[in-house]
Amino acid sequence: MRNLAILVGLFVVLGALPVFIQSDVWLNSLIMILFVALLGQAWNILAGYGGQFSFGHAAFFGTGAYGVAVLQVQLGLSPWIGLVVGVAAAGLVAAFIGAVSFRYGLRGSYFALVTLAFAEVLRILSNSVPFTGAGVGILIPLEPGLAHLQFTSKAGYYWLIWAMALAAFLAAWWLNNSRFGARLMAVRDNEDAARALGVSAFRIKLGGIVLSGCFSGLAGVFYAQYYLYLDPGIAYGPAISVESLLVPIVGGIGTLFGPLLGAVTLHILSEITRDIFGDAPGISLAIYGAVLIVIVLFLPRGLAGLGRISARRLLSRRSA
Amino acid sequence: MPDIAILLPSVLNGITTGALYALVALGLTLIYGVLHIINFAHGSLLMLALYGVYFLAVGLGVGPYQALVLMPIAMFAVGYLLQRFVIGKASHARDENILLVTLGLSIVIENLAVYFFRSDTRIVDTPWSFEVVEFLGAFLPLPKVIAFFGALATAAALWVLMTRTELGRAIRAVAKERKGARLVGIDVEHVYAMSFGIGIGCLGIAACLLMPSYYVTPQVGHGFVLIAFTIVVLGGMGSFVGALIGGLIIGVVESLGGLFLGESLGQIGIFAIFILILLFRPTGLLGHKV
Amino acid sequence: MADNRKTDGLTKRTFLTAAGATALGAATGVTGFPSVLRAQEKTVKIGLIHPVTGFIAFSGTQCREGGLMAIEDINKAGGIKSLGGAKLEAVLADSQGKPDIGAAEVAKMVEGGIDGIVAGYSSAISLATSQEAAKSNTPHVVDVGVSDQIVQRGLKNTFRFGPGYGVIAKFAVDNLDKINKAAGSPAKTAMIIHEESLFGTGTAGLLQKELPNIGIEVVDVIKHANPTRDFTNIALQIKSKNPDLIIPAQYFNEYVLLARTLRQQKVQPKGIYSVLGGAASNYKFVKEFPDAAEYIMDCNHWFNPKSDIALQRKKEAEAKGLFYTYEVFLTYNAVAYLADAIERAGSTDKDAVIAALADSTWDKHGMPYGPTKIVDGQNTGAQPVDTQVLKGDIEVIFPEEFASASPVFPMPS
Repeated sequence: MRNLAILVGLFVVLGALPVFIQSDVWLNSLIMILFVALLGQAWNILAGYGGQFSFGHAAFFGTGAYGVAVLQVQLGLSPWIGLVVGVAAAGLVAAFIGAVSFRYGLRGSYFALVTLAFAEVLRILSNSVPFTGAGVGILIPLEPGLAHLQFTSKAGYYWLIWAMALAAFLAAWWLNNSRFGARLMAVRDNEDAARALGVSAFRIKLGGIVLSGCFSGLAGVFYAQYYLYLDPGIAYGPAISVESLLVPIVGGIGTLFGPLLGAVTLHILSEITRDIFGDAPGISLAIYGAVLIVIVLFLPRGLAGLGRISARRLLSRRSA
Repeated sequence: MPDIAILLPSVLNGITTGALYALVALGLTLIYGVLHIINFAHGSLLMLALYGVYFLAVGLGVGPYQALVLMPIAMFAVGYLLQRFVIGKASHARDENILLVTLGLSIVIENLAVYFFRSDTRIVDTPWSFEVVEFLGAFLPLPKVIAFFGALATAAALWVLMTRTELGRAIRAVAKERKGARLVGIDVEHVYAMSFGIGIGCLGIAACLLMPSYYVTPQVGHGFVLIAFTIVVLGGMGSFVGALIGGLIIGVVESLGGLFLGESLGQIGIFAIFILILLFRPTGLLGHKV
Repeated sequence: MADNRKTDGLTKRTFLTAAGATALGAATGVTGFPSVLRAQEKTVKIGLIHPVTGFIAFSGTQCREGGLMAIEDINKAGGIKSLGGAKLEAVLADSQGKPDIGAAEVAKMVEGGIDGIVAGYSSAISLATSQEAAKSNTPHVVDVGVSDQIVQRGLKNTFRFGPGYGVIAKFAVDNLDKINKAAGSPAKTAMIIHEESLFGTGTAGLLQKELPNIGIEVVDVIKHANPTRDFTNIALQIKSKNPDLIIPAQYFNEYVLLARTLRQQKVQPKGIYSVLGGAASNYKFVKEFPDAAEYIMDCNHWFNPKSDIALQRKKEAEAKGLFYTYEVFLTYNAVAYLADAIERAGSTDKDAVIAALADSTWDKHGMPYGPTKIVDGQNTGAQPVDTQVLKGDIEVIFPEEFASASPVFPMPS
């Protein structure tokens, strides 16, 4: 319950920010942070709580993005409908990939690699299929207005991503406090034991991946509406898959706030390196990569682990 | 329907291209088979090796085939040091951390290359770059034929290393049973580093044989990573013969896929195989540990 | 390099470094960031956003160099005279090849105070950057990005000085017709080889539609991935279909591989006529593969070989060790076009600059363009040219008024 209070309080503060922040740059940064936190939490649901690491979350992201884009551009439907359809389509893709993978007992690196392959397959397909615009991509017409799920001010987009992220974080909290979540984590910790206790591992994992995929798809819908342009590389390319896993691992996998911590940290890191080393091509990214390695080497449990480790150390010293 | 007449040349071309892919995958399969690391930095290390070949050629006039004496050793050293002092430090922790470390490494290596080498495309021209070997009605570029035999030789050398040497025995022991290996006195950290080093040394060989047919830019590694993973999975993680055969199969699949489905869509054949193998035969064609 | 090139946001950098050093998660409850008054003379800030890392890093770097050269030259000639000789200041950013980062950089620049932006190189990135700039009505000139959608969105702030692929494709077909007819129409069939993303697919689509109108049948269209590791299969298919013309539309690396492979497989068409061929009118390619490059024709961006301005700039660029590629001169002109507008507007007021961009008749571009006339942000005078590699040099063969040589067609075997 305390976590819920912290979560809600945090999001209330976040929600109020645009009232005080006029700067477009800061708002953009916050939007990016929440966007990446959403991606990360979606991945975290499957990996942290479900124990299944995916390298291909772009498969769900891209489906959500193309869903909302195609429905608007090719079928002339409202992006609000597109949002629902996009998320549902992402969920279906997740269900398919999950069903196939779990049915054949794929776990660990095998599961990770198969998700990678599926994302690539989708990228190749979307490059060849006319309704996604093939290689040319899809350009969503610029028409600010709530009906078109576009906003004239950054604040509008901020609240959109804020709402989406809130939904994802609430879902993660719910996993910590529900029977489904408990079962999911039981399967994560010891699938055979869970099965022995009567849990249908297959159905639970399937539920996990669908939930995870839906939120990734939601992020995709946001991306499409914010940038108004998609192509197969943007939608299904490895960049999004990498971003999705980077953030929760750095922040603390399997924790509620890990994805947000990771998102903030990585964003600040990339901003600082770009600001200090910005002009020479490559240096800022090289330093970003180096700091990443350092973080992993010294904080094996991610940033969220910091608190836990010190608490434990503190306690063990006291009892010694 | 493509012309029957080009079917055979296309298959032969696929075989020679596949041999190049196999060279890249050989190192990866060793690394995965022994250390169980999905080495995300494999592509950038290949790129580094290609730059090595380029600078040897341009700076010292050492041709890519002469560089075969130097590059594998240099890359071995790079790999050994990386595993011993960077990747190995994260290995006692969790799988996902190793993943992040290799990912971080690939970002560092690629972007340092952008900074130091700039992004223009570099090539090494050899007098025989345009020579072809006529075989069964197909024109096979000479560099690729050489690469084909190079891949065979490398796989054979690795097999000999694994089965006939002390080091090979130690590596196999560690791959199978790490704790037990440590108990009988094997220096596991050293063996890990040697394995990683050998895996990256293979990239040195691959780079020498690939350079005459290709080019190098800081981003060149990306094009080979997924294919290498597919081959490793297809052949069986840890099996060299598997990587070789897997490479040849993937090369042919890519060729035929390109012919029948178009070069862009045809790439799907590779990933379809990837998925099917993972689902139905995850240990791969010749799957067994090293 | 010119030392009046500085990184954007000294204020933001200082703030962020302090924030990062003291606490993570410093992004809460701050109204904008402190604006430090600079005790310096006023400069005109031009943002240059290019993909200097990532897949198209080479092109991005060339673009940036072109932009910096322009700024340096203009400053050397006295800066913006109508603003009292105010110097241009380059504000650099790396889009890393990603539209979202490009857009974020625009937002940063706008916040820090920018007077105009030249960006994207790639169409996808240019779409994002110009859109972001539109939100603050910041003048934005697209340097290369050839997608026609860029100037069809009704964005008042977005301009493009060079041609889009609609114009390029039409020009390519018209001139191919002339070249073909002049040789007695030996070319009756063609095969298009294109890269799979925006510019390749878009160009190929247009060509496919127009070529039959000039009596050339398109026997096959081959789309390939980026990157493509091996072109032998494509070469085999070309050989088997045996078209009179091969028409590539690709990036540099793939073009080089294709050209090499065509030679290895002994493919001898009547002509290779690329449209936006990545290497076909590229000095680096010609220098490194003189045999493979000879006789290749390209319809691409090029400078006016009869213009002193252009030749002078080419010399300067080469003195810096740059290959004088289209990225360099297109971005140079985009910056110079923008600077000229600021000069004519006599102010950096955004509306004034946009109006000046829209009614520009700037002619110091050294390009084979007709008179500059801007319609909906697009310079309708802009056009590509046809080049051909002859005796190891790149010559312009069309339009006649800018030509430096006559076309050689069909290719002698």
